[in-house]
Amino acid sequence: MSNWLEKHLPKIVLGPSLFAIILFVYGFIAWTAWISFTKSRLMPKYDIVGFIQYSRLFDSPRWEVAIDNLFIFGFLFILISMFLGLLIAIFLDQKIRVEGALRTIYLYPMALSLIVTGTAWKWILNPGLGLESVVKSWGFTDFTFDWVINPDFAIYTVVIAGVWQASGFVMALFLAGLRSVDQEIIKAAQVDGVPTFKIYTAIIIPSMAPIFLSAFIVLAHLAIKSFDLVIALTGGGPGYATDLPATYMYTMAFSRGDIGQAASSAIIMMLVVFAVVVPYLYSELRNKNDQ
Amino acid sequence: MINNNYKINYTNVILRMLLYFFLSVFVLYYLLPLFVMVTTSLKSLEEIRTGSLVALPRNITFEAWGTAWSSACTGIQCEGLKPYFWNSILIAIPAVFISTLIGALNGYVVAQWRFKGANIIFALMLFGCFIPFQVVLLPMARVLGLMDLAGSIIGLIFVHVIYGIGFTTLFFRNYYVNIPSELVKAAKMDGATFLRIFWSIFLPLSLPIIVVTIIWQFTQIWNDFLFGVSFSEAGTQPITVALNNIVNSTTGVKEYNVDMAAAIIAAMPTLLVYIFAGKYFIRGLTAGSVKG
Amino acid sequence: MSSILKIKDVNKKFGKISVLNDININIDKGDFLVLVGPSGCGKSTLLNCIAGLEKINGGEIFINNKDMSEVAPKDRDIAMVFQSYALYPTMTVEKNITFGMKVRGTSEEIQKEKLNEVAKQLQIESLLKRKPGQLSGGQRQRVAMGRALVRNPKLFLFDEPLSNLDAKLRVEMRTEIKRLHYDLGASMVYVTHDQIEAMTLATKIVVMKDGFIQQIGTPAEIYNYPENIFVADFMGSPPMNLINATAQKEKDYYKINIKMEDGSISTLKEKNKSKLPHELIIGIRPENITENGLKNKQSSQVISSNIDIIEPAGSDTFVMTKLGNTEVTARFHSETKVKVGSKVNLLIDLDKASYFDPNSGQRI
Repeated sequence: MSNWLEKHLPKIVLGPSLFAIILFVYGFIAWTAWISFTKSRLMPKYDIVGFIQYSRLFDSPRWEVAIDNLFIFGFLFILISMFLGLLIAIFLDQKIRVEGALRTIYLYPMALSLIVTGTAWKWILNPGLGLESVVKSWGFTDFTFDWVINPDFAIYTVVIAGVWQASGFVMALFLAGLRSVDQEIIKAAQVDGVPTFKIYTAIIIPSMAPIFLSAFIVLAHLAIKSFDLVIALTGGGPGYATDLPATYMYTMAFSRGDIGQAASSAIIMMLVVFAVVVPYLYSELRNKNDQ
Repeated sequence: MINNNYKINYTNVILRMLLYFFLSVFVLYYLLPLFVMVTTSLKSLEEIRTGSLVALPRNITFEAWGTAWSSACTGIQCEGLKPYFWNSILIAIPAVFISTLIGALNGYVVAQWRFKGANIIFALMLFGCFIPFQVVLLPMARVLGLMDLAGSIIGLIFVHVIYGIGFTTLFFRNYYVNIPSELVKAAKMDGATFLRIFWSIFLPLSLPIIVVTIIWQFTQIWNDFLFGVSFSEAGTQPITVALNNIVNSTTGVKEYNVDMAAAIIAAMPTLLVYIFAGKYFIRGLTAGSVKG
Repeated sequence: MSSILKIKDVNKKFGKISVLNDININIDKGDFLVLVGPSGCGKSTLLNCIAGLEKINGGEIFINNKDMSEVAPKDRDIAMVFQSYALYPTMTVEKNITFGMKVRGTSEEIQKEKLNEVAKQLQIESLLKRKPGQLSGGQRQRVAMGRALVRNPKLFLFDEPLSNLDAKLRVEMRTEIKRLHYDLGASMVYVTHDQIEAMTLATKIVVMKDGFIQQIGTPAEIYNYPENIFVADFMGSPPMNLINATAQKEKDYYKINIKMEDGSISTLKEKNKSKLPHELIIGIRPENITENGLKNKQSSQVISSNIDIIEPAGSDTFVMTKLGNTEVTARFHSETKVKVGSKVNLLIDLDKASYFDPNSGQRI
């Protein structure tokens, strides 16, 4: 008996987690997917009626705004964070005396809740008392900076705050990547007289392709899941000008009582995440199995 | 790091100055919000209205901090952040502890006791880390209701544990997978059992990854908003939800100084963790995203 | 002599890949068996199967005449030393050595007694309070051996125990292991990819390749009578010369024709063999191709050839030349006066030669 137990203990230990993951991740996904094909409103119904929720979703102007915003936000957020992260990483890689302290400063936003970040930036971007009035007080009396309440520009304030939060993290990734490049290759290039700038563009950066991919995946993932930041910064407003799929889903689920819409928007979100993550995970796992 | 041993020349001095200039500009960008939060929280409302956002406070007052802690209104209740701060602690501590323990055992099995299908189980767990949680919100709300845990602290602990297992398992797995499998073999020959090997050999080795995991989980759970806002009710809300309610409450005069004090209070625990254990915090951040 | 380990028709598969095929080995008490072969040949897997750390897919393993198929590693009365030493990193040397006894519930006094005995034997008494991280490679190696010795097992298993040491230390530890074997009279199974280790340590060698046993024998048998081209090439340093040649039957001997670099044919006389095929490969160890004139043996014959490269190696000088379209190494005295590019008369001792079938690679 004790031999049997000893032999199967690894499986027994993993069992509850496996059960939980299957039920609470995969089971729940299945449930949400099922509901997205029904006429559920306030209460779930289980008769499948086809793509009714999805056609409602894509007919909805509010969802259209959310998707547009996701693309604007996602594109700018990823691009600027990557650029800024790489730039700072390269700057920090130049034997900077206070590197440790600088790194700490660049990275601390990552420790904050997005609600805190949103709250702080909401105050800084406040048109009456924030940055706008500061610049005005410097003598630029015509200066206006009211993006946070301007429906056409509010989404860009989300980008500003998002970049502030995440770019330090991208910097840390890139810095680790820069440091892991084979020093002998760099020495060889220096001996060959390759200028520093060229060493970065021709040798170091191309060798960091996997880190670019990792950074992209993490940022894309953050962008798609973005919820807290929008809630705290703009509340999705003005109107629904800064809605993202995540806030749309939440509104449908918990304020509008439209479970069908919530489910179908959640499924779309998941598909977008999978489109980004699955190829990455697949290649990662395959590499690991090869070893 | 590129090693340049140039002789001093002016181009280089100028380049170097430019470099430090840009780095300083970035420092300002990253510190500005913190600076504004702290200074605003120390000003009176009067000074906020008349003064500049970036000016230092003329008369430092801690009134806003007192209000934020014990009497600011989160909707109809006006008890400040205090009760919600404790809610977050009550949620975070057990959830961190349980998910770390489960992750350690899971990682130990997946990395060192491979059996047929163990890899698939790990892949399933890993995959679970990446789903947008929106896709489980609706059914989880119903299941919590069925378990009579809706709106309860225990319900939130449960949710955080379930959706934390994937990451904690990943952390421990990646740590244990670098320990040579011969260690388990040697211990088996010595007659030690599965649990004995874990307890006597692996656990004593695991301090760094335990710290990384605890910090990661604590930061995640403390900063969580989505689960908090979806699965709590008036008395059980975590601090992030309460902060958002204070900032966005529409009753009365807008007290920016109180908002900022509340934001700092909400940020304080994770910020302290970052300051005192930054090394482990960064390792956690990169562990999930960089191959390792 | 009584059998201590008997491996019968053992097969092992990883998924669909066969890593061990019909392995049969039998060793007696006091034997020092070395499993040798290139990496991936299955030697470590076989050792793990003996230890019970891997399950076998077919066949049987007996230790001390008991079937081990249902016996857990800890109950097989064996001890194992690993390549990475596998010392428990958080435990002191003392705890590392006594952990097994502690787990088994041995009394403190006996633990202490055995610890001291082993520590003395391996001269690690001064290290007992240290942790593995504070030890040098050689010291770790000793501790790993101590952990095995303290068990006083029926059978010791070594998995490439010296491959992480530097060259000098490796030779020292090799001697030490040999002394240990002699002193204890213990039975050992030892895995290595280093054929010199195999030759110096073993009382019995098993040469493996691709999951098949190539040859089992004493070091002398393996060295002098390799069963096939693989064994001939793998064992010995520099390896055995394998020269393409043709054989021609004469009245009471065979004429062995070897094509020279310039296209001419040199001929040797083989009187010992009664049946040789037309085409064959001659295997001759470098020490059996020497410089003419220093010490001639009766069976030796002379071939003249051009010298391509000279490699002085201290005690000997190795000389490369071309015979039968292959690079051939000859072993000359260190005081030889030969020069690159000049012709030399090579003295070949066919008594020590092996013949192989060029198609099957098997010994004739």
